[in-house]
Amino acid sequence: MTVATRSPGTHGPRVRSGQKAPRRPVNWGRVVAWAALIVLLIVTIFPFYWMLRTSLSNNRALAAEAGSPLPADLTLGAFERVLGMATTEEALAEGGSGASVNFWLYLRNSIVVATVVTIGQVFFCAMAAYAFARLRWPGRDKVFFLFLTALMVPPIFTTLPNFILIRDLGLLNTFAGIVLPTLFMTPFAVFFLRQFFVGLSREIEEAAMIDGAGHARIFFRLIIPMAAAPITTLSILTYINAWNDYMWPLLVGQEENVRVLTVALGVFRSQTPQGSPDWAGLMAATLIAALPVMILFAVLGRRVVNSIGFSGIK
Amino acid sequence: MATQVVPKRAAKASGAVSGRRRRFGDLRVALVFLFPAALGFTVFYLWPTLRGFYLSLTEFSLLGDAEFVGLANFERLIGDPLFWNSLRVTVLYVVINIGVQTVVALALAVLMHRLTTSVTIRGLVLLPYLVANVVVALVWFWMLDYQLGVVNQILDWIGLGRISFFGSETWAIPTIALVNVWRHMGYTALLIFAGLQMIPKYVYEASAIDGASEWRMFWSVTLPLLRPIMALVLILSVIGSFQIFDTVAVTTSGGPVDATRVIYFYIFELAFERFDFGYAAAISVVLFLILGGVAIAQLRMLRAGESDLS
Repeated sequence: MTVATRSPGTHGPRVRSGQKAPRRPVNWGRVVAWAALIVLLIVTIFPFYWMLRTSLSNNRALAAEAGSPLPADLTLGAFERVLGMATTEEALAEGGSGASVNFWLYLRNSIVVATVVTIGQVFFCAMAAYAFARLRWPGRDKVFFLFLTALMVPPIFTTLPNFILIRDLGLLNTFAGIVLPTLFMTPFAVFFLRQFFVGLSREIEEAAMIDGAGHARIFFRLIIPMAAAPITTLSILTYINAWNDYMWPLLVGQEENVRVLTVALGVFRSQTPQGSPDWAGLMAATLIAALPVMILFAVLGRRVVNSIGFSGIK
Repeated sequence: MATQVVPKRAAKASGAVSGRRRRFGDLRVALVFLFPAALGFTVFYLWPTLRGFYLSLTEFSLLGDAEFVGLANFERLIGDPLFWNSLRVTVLYVVINIGVQTVVALALAVLMHRLTTSVTIRGLVLLPYLVANVVVALVWFWMLDYQLGVVNQILDWIGLGRISFFGSETWAIPTIALVNVWRHMGYTALLIFAGLQMIPKYVYEASAIDGASEWRMFWSVTLPLLRPIMALVLILSVIGSFQIFDTVAVTTSGGPVDATRVIYFYIFELAFERFDFGYAAAISVVLFLILGGVAIAQLRMLRAGESDLS
């Protein structure tokens, strides 16, 4: 950064006729670089804007104003439609399909699933990470290695047998069926937390032991508070992953009462008539599905951005 | 050390002598702490992995019992044009996806690294990655719509003519590959960015004093020092890329014809639409082997590059 402006800044200005205060000449390389970065940022942001713009449009007016950067015939109708707040006549009038959809319900289901998975997975993985990082027992490293090998198995490979298992347990179309496979552990979460637990200072722990604290007390009162930052990061990542998962809930949670947002979006898309799709409704629904994660990220995202790196891998 | 303090209670409970204590360490406590994760691991990772291999040797339609058929599924696979097609389509997808994504992400990472330290910009760049695949797929499905999609409006306006992005056999896979480049480029760029921050600043200062241009520095300093990181990023993204499913499932469902029937989608269809579980399991075994091979090959590359940064 400091380097980039160096050469023109020091040599350039003095050569020019000196009527004005010496001015830095434009560094064209930097201008081009900034332009490229801005173009990439626009490409990144534009689809989000377009999602918002379309969701605020009247579906009937979209065809006439397909290229307009502003919402076509601004209305909240699309949101009312997908949240089940519009009557069939209102929905049809704005180009909806008239089929009843209730994204409030799917929103609730997604919140239930993502919350339960996050709490269970992070807590149980923290316990396991404690056993791997802070306790000594025979075979520890071998077991840890076995856990890690699960990272190599492609998810679809375990998905088929897991589906059979969940079906045999009679848990199809229940929340339990959706959350169980990821509720207890993922290899990544154990690995991620163990890395941090290994690095914690032993002295405080020993002092607590001398004071007679047991392992449970040390885990809850010392380890968890000391590792609050990585635990928060992992929780955010787990929540987002659980929220965005599609294939598993598609297989085991088709029914409405447990249908999560991603599955609901797929259903909504396949129900929309081929000839005149309800684009505004579809975009309103995708916005509803995307918004909670974006809000979570806006509040806590700084931590996530800074934590992306190789700490979790190397 | 920790063991020295606790034994009193443990010794009373199990009557253990200190030698035994040393050998088993905190085993009892460890078992308690490990129990939930070990349960999850055994039931939902270890057991299904073994069962998956077994299933691949059976014929199983979800009803009744699995019938052992030996290697019949694998023999069938060799003569199945749809399987080979799915493999071809998947590889095509991976090549386009990873090729474009790596170049764009590298450019983005270097631009951010040389121009700004703003966390906000890095956060913006990460945004597409946070949104579900399904959401991303639908947004682009709309933006690339033949009739009303904004991209086709622009193409039409420029005079290039409309493109049936998801509807044509030639365009479908490149389109899906590029849509996923859009979702993943920011995340990949941040991984590379983390690698860039590991390159010491003085290397750049020194080469600037030697009169190197930014362009020159990129090719002679950044890229060579970044090689091990790039290898790691490639391993992760290639393996992830093979698992393309969500986007296909919500947009094209394998079509037009078989142009986007990628391997994940083919397995999914076989198992859950045609209830041909044994055959689906056999194809996932093959996928498992392919991914293992890819990982090993790439790890070799990584090891080859490791010396650079040390």
